[in-house]
Amino acid sequence: MTGSDIIFYLLATLCVVFALLSVTTRQIFRAAIYLLFTLIGIAGIYFWLQYEFIAAVQIVVYVGGIVVLIIFSIFLTQQTGEQLPKQKLDRKIFAALAVFAGFALTMVQIYQHTFFETDEMAITPTVENIGKKMLAVDSGGYALPFEVISILLLAALIGCIVIALRTKTESK
Amino acid sequence: MQPGLYHILFLSTALFFIGVYGFLTRRNLITMLMSIELILNSVNLNFIAFNKYLWPNQMDGLFFTLFIIAIAAAEAAVAIAIIINLYRSHNSIDVENAEDLKY
Repeated sequence: MTGSDIIFYLLATLCVVFALLSVTTRQIFRAAIYLLFTLIGIAGIYFWLQYEFIAAVQIVVYVGGIVVLIIFSIFLTQQTGEQLPKQKLDRKIFAALAVFAGFALTMVQIYQHTFFETDEMAITPTVENIGKKMLAVDSGGYALPFEVISILLLAALIGCIVIALRTKTESK
Repeated sequence: MQPGLYHILFLSTALFFIGVYGFLTRRNLITMLMSIELILNSVNLNFIAFNKYLWPNQMDGLFFTLFIIAIAAAEAAVAIAIIINLYRSHNSIDVENAEDLKY
């Protein structure tokens, strides 16, 4: 077992343990912090796979953006120190059973399936290659989805403003 | 044992079903949103693993991951705007109290 393998197992354990804590803790602020550690662990796995650009994007967007947004919304909507109400035991048991059955079924399917690798030359996912492919307009290029995503982000921006404004104008 | 595709698929399946468990048991909108983030992350991990181990000659998985991250960011922003608006009108972000949205 080499050092690289040990790092992978450490990161994977970190991800799973903190994800479990995040969905089971009754303090919502702690859930957000545990989610933060899970996301950092996934970014570490991207680094381990040598997809450095995706790892950087993961850290910038998820850790720097979404988790901060979630923490702010917790501050705005939650009383500090208040715990989430206890869930009904039967709901927990049925959810755990369904999840475990789904997990077992998926793992059986994955281990029975044989994956075929290609023999062609690998492209290293450097920022240069990603940028060229992202803006390519020939077949296999991603210029059109890139534009669609920019429209989506603009729509989300305007949508957020509209949602945030509505109650203010009604109350006046 | 050398970690490979199967190990990463195991990890992403585990994360996916942990997210589903959170989605089924939680009744607070923000924690449900966190579970959705976990599910989306497991999907990203799958795309990257398939790209790395099965089709290293293409970068399609990588681009799908990038676009999913962008969509997840937009989705989280809109969801949190809705949640805060719901909190303003109902003083609670529990899904049981949001039932009158139906009518």
